[in-house]
Amino acid sequence: MPILELRNVAKRFGAVEALRGVSLSIEAGEAIGLVGDNGAGKSTLLKVISGVYPPDDGELVLEGKVRRFASPLDARDAGIEIVHQDLALCDNLDAALNVFLGRELTRGIGPFRLIDQAAMRSQAKALIEVLEVEVAVTEPVRAMSGGQRQAIAIARALLGNAKIVLLDEPTAAISIAAVEQVLALIRRLKARGHTVIIISHRMSDIFETCNRIVVMRHGENVATKRVLETDRQEVTNLITGALARA
Amino acid sequence: MASDLQHKPQLAALWARPETLLARLFDHRIAGIATALLALMVFFSFASDAFLSVNNLLNVTRQVSIMAILSVGMTIAIISGGIDLSVGSIIAFVGVIVASAMTDLSLPIWVAVLFGLATGAAIGFGNGALVALAGVPAFIATLGTMTALRGLTYLYTDGYPIYNLPTAFAWLGAGYVAGIPVPTILMLLVGAVAYVVLSRTPFGIHIYAVGENETAARRVGVRVARVKLLAYVACGILAAISAIVLAARLRAGLPTSGFTYELTAIAAVILGGTSISGGQGSVIGTILGALLLGVLANGLTLLNIEPYVLEVVTGGIIIVAVLMDSLKHRKRAS
Repeated sequence: MPILELRNVAKRFGAVEALRGVSLSIEAGEAIGLVGDNGAGKSTLLKVISGVYPPDDGELVLEGKVRRFASPLDARDAGIEIVHQDLALCDNLDAALNVFLGRELTRGIGPFRLIDQAAMRSQAKALIEVLEVEVAVTEPVRAMSGGQRQAIAIARALLGNAKIVLLDEPTAAISIAAVEQVLALIRRLKARGHTVIIISHRMSDIFETCNRIVVMRHGENVATKRVLETDRQEVTNLITGALARA
Repeated sequence: MASDLQHKPQLAALWARPETLLARLFDHRIAGIATALLALMVFFSFASDAFLSVNNLLNVTRQVSIMAILSVGMTIAIISGGIDLSVGSIIAFVGVIVASAMTDLSLPIWVAVLFGLATGAAIGFGNGALVALAGVPAFIATLGTMTALRGLTYLYTDGYPIYNLPTAFAWLGAGYVAGIPVPTILMLLVGAVAYVVLSRTPFGIHIYAVGENETAARRVGVRVARVKLLAYVACGILAAISAIVLAARLRAGLPTSGFTYELTAIAAVILGGTSISGGQGSVIGTILGALLLGVLANGLTLLNIEPYVLEVVTGGIIIVAVLMDSLKHRKRAS
């Protein structure tokens, strides 16, 4: 049974058809690379999966059950976490508070609850250590490197025992040196059994980390290829439309 | 204070390394205002014989308490990324309402006080609803409530003060507990509660998060509208506490009271190192800021300097404080 199945998912914004019947089946533990030109519908698809937009048409089937997410919180409760392109970090808070933001650990009685800083710090530290990145969890994230910030955002996704982790352009905003670190992060996620869906403009990110590539064009899924059975030229042709379908 | 959130070494570690404690105290923006306050106090101690006495200093804290409590509320609104210009008008409105409840309606003091606090909360809720739910910019929304409330206060009183409040009520403004003025105690209590709420509760953390990066906070599941709404409710309640203390001190509800208090409160907040753009700030800094303005007023009065000079000096200090804040931001951006 696939962990996630999309059946004819459609989404319109006014006159714009962002998604026109996308179908896709993803097995547990797979890493899927979502590629396509600007406006091809990749981000919209990610947002439909993560509960930001409900689809206008079609179904989202998670572990065999048809689901309809009213909000990102619903999707998160169902085990789908998204790591946004801008990482959604608050620069003024420390790494531990960022990991737990919106889900703070507290202790106390009834309405008199204080945050449990020690517990959040040790748990955040453990989560980030799994990703094998050095982060001082008591420091504000303002001064941290792109790789460290990405690790914090991913640690946040792992907090809820995410089955599926969506990564939107994980390497777009970081230095070349940090890219390798982030790709290693993605491989570790996969190794730990998470299903990963990645949007990236950098074809090499996808080829280095993913099992399959889904090519989007004009709101449609024009090809789903195994990474081992395709190459950059073919994928590029599919993206631009030089090759209609494959 | 966001850095307050981050540096909380274990107590044992603090004892082992006292320099950590010192570093924390003199780490950030609070250090500036604390040093300035201390320098000012040393200056006035030498310049005036009357300044450095227990009586005078306690009196300063009593005078400052109303503005300090108001400014703590303003701190919460500003850290959340907003502002509340209506607090001065809340002082007049709630003061008059409480006075009227005790005289015209002959309600017991505690009922009148609770009614005043509820009124402050309701006005804060109105402000919060405009800002958080309707999306009106905080500056405009609270400018509207500020003007409307002032008008309502004049309408309700015909512009006349309400005098002859019960003696027992006056205790809130003029009384002492163990030699310490009641308003001073209230200021310390409000400060302590606000400090704990802001730095040690999920709600407090969310206020910092929303003020820094509203989009990020929303994406990770912080209920942004609710957080903002509650920030204005807190600000309204604190303004109501100030209103009650002021009415108790005057033994009257004055429709003219609290005029331009919102601006002095903003000044205290900025002096205390809170960033006007949200996400950064501290209650301790704000109270020190209010104390600095109070000490300045007290000291210049003792030196028989024209009151107009005070306004010029206060304005100058605010400009310097804002300048330092924006320089800090520029340094961070580069």
